Amino acid sequence: MRHDARIPGGPIEQMWDRCRFEMKLVAPANRRKYSVIVVGSGLAGASAAASLGELGYNVACFCYQDSARRAHSIAAQGGINAAKNYQNDGDSVWRLFYDTVKGGDFRSREANVYRLAQLSLNIIDQCVAQGVPFAREYGGTLANRSFGGAQVSRTFYARGQTGQQLLLGAYQALMRQVGLGQVRLFPRTEMLDLIVIDGRARGIVTRDMTTGEIRSHLADAVVLATGGYGNVFYLSTNAKGCNATAIWRAYKRGADFGNPCFTQIHPTCIPVSGEYQSKLTLMSESLRNDGRIWVPLKKGDKRPPNEIPEEERDYFLERRYPSYGNLAPRDISSRAAKMVCDEGRGVGETGYGVYLDFSDAIRRLGRRVIEERYGNLFEMYERITGEDPYTQPMRIYPATHYTMGGLWVDYRLMSTIPGLFVAGEANFSDHGANRLGASALMQGLADGYFIIPYTVGDYLASNRLDRVSPDHPACREAETSVRRITERLLAINGRRTVDTFHRELGKIMWEYCGMARNARGLEYALSKIPELRQEFWEDVRVPGANEEVNQSLEKAGRVADFLELAELMCLDALERDESCGAHFREEHQTEDGEAIRDDERFCHVAIWQYQGPDRKPVRHVEPLEFKYVLPTVRSYK
Amino acid sequence: MRIILHIWRQKHRDAPGKMVRYEVEDVNPHMSFLEMLDVLNERLIERGDEPVVFDHDCREGICGSCGFVINGVPHGPLQGTTVCQLHMRHFKDGDELYLEPWRARAFPVVRDLMVDRSAFDRIIAAGGFISVPTGSAPDGNAIPIPKEVAELAMDAAACIGCGACVAACPNASAMLFTGAKISHLGLLPQGQPEREQRALAMVAQMQAEGFGACTNVAECEAVCPKNIKLENIARMFRDFIAASWTRRPAVERLGGVG
Repeated sequence: MRHDARIPGGPIEQMWDRCRFEMKLVAPANRRKYSVIVVGSGLAGASAAASLGELGYNVACFCYQDSARRAHSIAAQGGINAAKNYQNDGDSVWRLFYDTVKGGDFRSREANVYRLAQLSLNIIDQCVAQGVPFAREYGGTLANRSFGGAQVSRTFYARGQTGQQLLLGAYQALMRQVGLGQVRLFPRTEMLDLIVIDGRARGIVTRDMTTGEIRSHLADAVVLATGGYGNVFYLSTNAKGCNATAIWRAYKRGADFGNPCFTQIHPTCIPVSGEYQSKLTLMSESLRNDGRIWVPLKKGDKRPPNEIPEEERDYFLERRYPSYGNLAPRDISSRAAKMVCDEGRGVGETGYGVYLDFSDAIRRLGRRVIEERYGNLFEMYERITGEDPYTQPMRIYPATHYTMGGLWVDYRLMSTIPGLFVAGEANFSDHGANRLGASALMQGLADGYFIIPYTVGDYLASNRLDRVSPDHPACREAETSVRRITERLLAINGRRTVDTFHRELGKIMWEYCGMARNARGLEYALSKIPELRQEFWEDVRVPGANEEVNQSLEKAGRVADFLELAELMCLDALERDESCGAHFREEHQTEDGEAIRDDERFCHVAIWQYQGPDRKPVRHVEPLEFKYVLPTVRSYK
Repeated sequence: MRIILHIWRQKHRDAPGKMVRYEVEDVNPHMSFLEMLDVLNERLIERGDEPVVFDHDCREGICGSCGFVINGVPHGPLQGTTVCQLHMRHFKDGDELYLEPWRARAFPVVRDLMVDRSAFDRIIAAGGFISVPTGSAPDGNAIPIPKEVAELAMDAAACIGCGACVAACPNASAMLFTGAKISHLGLLPQGQPEREQRALAMVAQMQAEGFGACTNVAECEAVCPKNIKLENIARMFRDFIAASWTRRPAVERLGGVG
């Protein structure tokens, strides 16, 4: 069966224990005989590579940045969830599990989510032991704050730089293994193809981004931890280099893609200011603990915010979702902001913005407390906009942030290609149709520290893996295919730069496959994207050569892949004829604009299988069963 | 506004480099510095020239990828700010700016404004960690850590490893970078068992990479985009000297001890 999720039997709270017991082990002395490739050095990649190295496997870890410490996990601001219940506020593994399944709008696998909630406990312990300087109370215990979609305080944080500190913890563990010779690190090296031999993932083809050398690396198993594909929208909160190339090329080698249309639009980002804009900057969700979101009650009210009296303001999240208020989940908050802006009540020059106002909190707690909690975020806001958020409200607007979709994996994080594992944001697994705040860090580290090291070992112990040589025809074929793409891109010498194509694609995706989607728009996008792709391959200009640092060439390869992936996203969004989580189909909403799910027809994972260039991929489904958290209308009212 | 740029162009590590003059018209004051360079690069490509190469990624001032020298100052004129977060509103029409890569023997130029900072990674690999294999951690609240200590450790841990400190230092010293990591881990109770070995091994690696010594010029602190304090260097010296006194085993042996 192509899409057997291999979910262990028995009660949910025993599944992971049972699975760990059933998995085969590799004896310590035998581990050095195996090699594993890890692509990506973010939270999932670095923690997996370090942990596999500690176990004694020979690991090679690849990243496109100049150092493993720069992966984009570093930019996560607000925090990481764990069901520690240190605040005695009624949290538990069950509650984190429940919140995550509900937050994902009943489109995730219960078994995976339960395991994630269980492992959240170990992650905090591991990170504290590594020296991650989490925020503390005066008594020396760990501090917590609240995040969207939860009524408990279970988020651990290190100022507004939680991702940075967690990543540095994983990076340091990784570098320790590098120093010991257990992990070989390949920075400034980009994976451009997957090598599949006898139906198994056996290696990757890379391009050295300094010299242009294209070569094969072989191993007994490959782990992709290459992050999400939010940059398909051009403007997103992702780093400029984030890309889908590794997972996309693996997809074309037979790794099926799960729920590609599930993309998260984060409600609180600094709005777009001009055509030259190269990326969007997130303002952490934690700000919604103390900031209140509002727009003027009247359309086109251009008065400065401080002159709009209280009774003429609409605190629309507090009004519509009284029990969660400003901490309503991301998909819901983003849509609500879009709705008031579409009504003509948006603020700022473009009208695409809402206020995030701290004046009440400053009055209540004093400026010093707010400075201590959010100082670095306020500074960042001021640096970018030139406005002081202590004296005037921030302007924010939703932006693409995270992709819940990704390569389909089973319970053991293995894709449809045996030996190819996928971890972190790159897989589709745990967040369903919407991810809750502070859960991405949790998932990346759960996958990397506590799942991959077991499941990869089980794969190695359960299968006979013959030695393969770099002269194998599959390696030659993959290298040739990579060279051909590179040569083709360099030879076009057209009139338009790569960025102009990327921006144009981004606009199509934002307009028709963004916060709200409908069949007509998606069909239009499906007709436009192939045209744009064709124009790209006829008219793009990539200067320079392969045998040098060539940032245009790097971008061109990634944009070429985005131009294909975008089409799959639209196709998936069109076929999923329901609204759920971040996937909002305008045809399916209540009178007051809430999403209407269709559990009869769509309570499943949509899994897409590649069929060759210019052929429509096949859509499979993995039915989802809910035994513990029964699907209800997801209400935060 | 109009900005005149003189940019260091160097094809590869062993090629000779030179400053080349460019003009960028219609610069919007709300653009970031890197967005201004994006605009320049788009125009260079359109007219058949090769774009200027520079490292950058998150553009939020946290990944540490970006950084070059603007008119002699690493990351440019705005204190506590990486070049990706520097906006053109801090410049005026007609400004003439000289952009150069970090200059240090331990940071060879890769191309144009891009340098090789892998020496920093090797310093961390030598000892910038707490050896705690996955799975062997006690409960997170088992070791209470005073709030002030956690805050001080966080101040040091905020380093983004961009290398501006090295570029600003007349000795090309990496002591602010190394000291920040030694402080971060050495301040915390979890970091105590390896505190001395860590200082010895990281200092030895730092020297082996060809970074210079500290002569208390404090340019590093002045240009650090994360306001890492000079006191971290003092803590490093304290740990290093204490470790040297207690005659720990030879540094070479410690280099690989995890």
